[in-house]
Amino acid sequence: MIMHRTFIALALAASLGATGAALAAEGQVQPPPQKWSFSGPFGKFDEAQLQRGFKVYKEVCASCHSMSLVSFRNLAEAGGPGFSVKQVEALAAEYKIKDLDDKGEAIERDGRPADKFPAPFANAKAAAAANGGVAPPDFSTLAKARTYERGFPWWIIDIFSQFQEQGPDYIHALLVGYEDAPQGFTMPPGGHYNKYFPGHVIAMPKPITEGQVTYDDGAPQTLEQYSHDVAAFMAWAAEPHMVARKRLGFQVMIFLLVLSGLLYFTKKKVWSAVH
Amino acid sequence: MSGHSTYQPQNGFLQWIEKRLPIGGLIHSSFIAYPTPKNLNYWWTFGGILSFMLGVQIITGIVLAMHYTPHVDLAFNSVETIMRDVNYGWLLRYVHSNGASMFFIAVYIHIFRGMYYGSYKEPREVLWILGVIIYLLMMATGFLGYTLPWGQMSFWGATVITNFFSAIPGVGETVVTWLWGGYAVGNPTLNRFYSLHYLLPFVIAGVVVLHVWALHVVGQNNPAGIEPKSDKDTVPFTPYATVKDGFFIVVFCMMYAWFVFYTPNFLGHADNYIAANPAVTPAHIVPEWYYLPFYAILRAIPDKLLGVLAMFGSIAILAFLPWLDTSKVRSARYRPLYRQFFWLFVAVCIGLGWLGSKPAEGIYTLIARILTFYYFAHFIIVLPLLGIFEKSKPLPNSISESVLAKA
Repeated sequence: MIMHRTFIALALAASLGATGAALAAEGQVQPPPQKWSFSGPFGKFDEAQLQRGFKVYKEVCASCHSMSLVSFRNLAEAGGPGFSVKQVEALAAEYKIKDLDDKGEAIERDGRPADKFPAPFANAKAAAAANGGVAPPDFSTLAKARTYERGFPWWIIDIFSQFQEQGPDYIHALLVGYEDAPQGFTMPPGGHYNKYFPGHVIAMPKPITEGQVTYDDGAPQTLEQYSHDVAAFMAWAAEPHMVARKRLGFQVMIFLLVLSGLLYFTKKKVWSAVH
Repeated sequence: MSGHSTYQPQNGFLQWIEKRLPIGGLIHSSFIAYPTPKNLNYWWTFGGILSFMLGVQIITGIVLAMHYTPHVDLAFNSVETIMRDVNYGWLLRYVHSNGASMFFIAVYIHIFRGMYYGSYKEPREVLWILGVIIYLLMMATGFLGYTLPWGQMSFWGATVITNFFSAIPGVGETVVTWLWGGYAVGNPTLNRFYSLHYLLPFVIAGVVVLHVWALHVVGQNNPAGIEPKSDKDTVPFTPYATVKDGFFIVVFCMMYAWFVFYTPNFLGHADNYIAANPAVTPAHIVPEWYYLPFYAILRAIPDKLLGVLAMFGSIAILAFLPWLDTSKVRSARYRPLYRQFFWLFVAVCIGLGWLGSKPAEGIYTLIARILTFYYFAHFIIVLPLLGIFEKSKPLPNSISESVLAKA
């Protein structure tokens, strides 16, 4: 009984706190591993997928979740969703941005590519008040702020396999993980059952369903596809220079390999007379 | 050991300088003519790697400081601005944050190498103690730096670590308030941590100069653990040590680059990508990997004050190593028993590191207590007794003889 109560308390704390660390709580169900175009040393974001993911974000997630560190212009930058500058200008103009005019009066003007995505709520308190007491987390770094225990020996293998997609794996799992609570599960008020959320009690209601967002490129309009696409988009939003990073990494590795070879043979030559 | 410099510049201007400030001679005797034992293995390249890492951290750190804002409301976003909008800012930041881990990997290998080959023994006691001081300064610098991104783990890590000082009897709370500059970790804390994080690397650089100075007075130890007897036993630092160090620094950089470019967040915590929030405590507050063994020792002891004392004591005891080890033989190569105890000690340290990452409960606490006991026993019981009872193998007559015997 005490165990049970502790569990609920933990579950509530997790759902209310909604922090990544809560994910480390014991007994979390491992998200099923997904295939991502951006994994591995030559991984790249799939432009079409990021564009679809952005559409999901814009039409569904953005009504509650801010993405305050990302600018409209980022959407047209190399290694991202590959929108054109014209598309981004048009997109930015759809948004209203709070600003001051030359007389210092508060105004709302059309968005520009240099603007950051405006938040759906005026401030964190308003966001919390509208969402059962806890502000929905900002999307900017969320894909890097969520993880799960890999356990031994996986955490060592991950160094060599370069696995670092825990965040997108988890986000995908969370979105497909809404199900009915099992028999006898006590659901606190305002909670929703999610298989992959630590403690299973999440404050966010099931955010998206089959067919809710219309894709223009013929991709299947399934929950599975939406979850994949928006998780990939969030991975890009959290790490917009990932493609450039891996490309430079390969060049650096080749350079170091050649340099170490040259130095090795120089060392051999220099030391050949000693002993 | 560095002796009198034979440096004679050919260039007239350099001769003029040399008469007034013999800096050329100093560089020449320290990094060119300096005799190094010819039997040094690759474990001896980590001193060079550490100097390289200190340079990397200072240079990337200075540039990062140009873009970083030490304010509780701005710090997190300023780091993200570096990651997103500063040209190659992501590279600078990942090189710096992973650089801290690489620095510690190198220093741990360097310390264990010194322990294996008895590099702390007479006449290298002061050299060793200076090294322990550098290590302590590194730990302080690493901790302060981890606070700066002002993520959840930054904030809560800072809260937990500074709270250690509240264990001081009587004045603990006062000391903690003084450290914080307030009644909780806040903006004054972040400001002073930033200031100190910028200061300490230069203090480290200063102690490194002393460390290298002491090294050049007593000379390097070597795998045989005996002093060079003639010129035949040594080779000049340049080109021999420079090219060997250079080669291995590049090899080390390949591992470093692997982390920076391919798994840059592997050694960090996901929680630190959530902005600091004093109202939400993370489920597990875990320090960076390089503090984990000490964190395990801290938590193994039920009493807070004793735990803190044990934790600091586990580092302080290193400074007494030259006198705790009673054996006259330096290198583990000629100490069959010590060699086994050495590897046992390494395993205990790794085990403590693993326990530091686990919750302090149940079986973990029990194992942590056993390993903590052994950690101290290694220094206080094993090493003094080994020197008395161990039968060491016969030492070679010279470094040259030991090299030939191996070939």
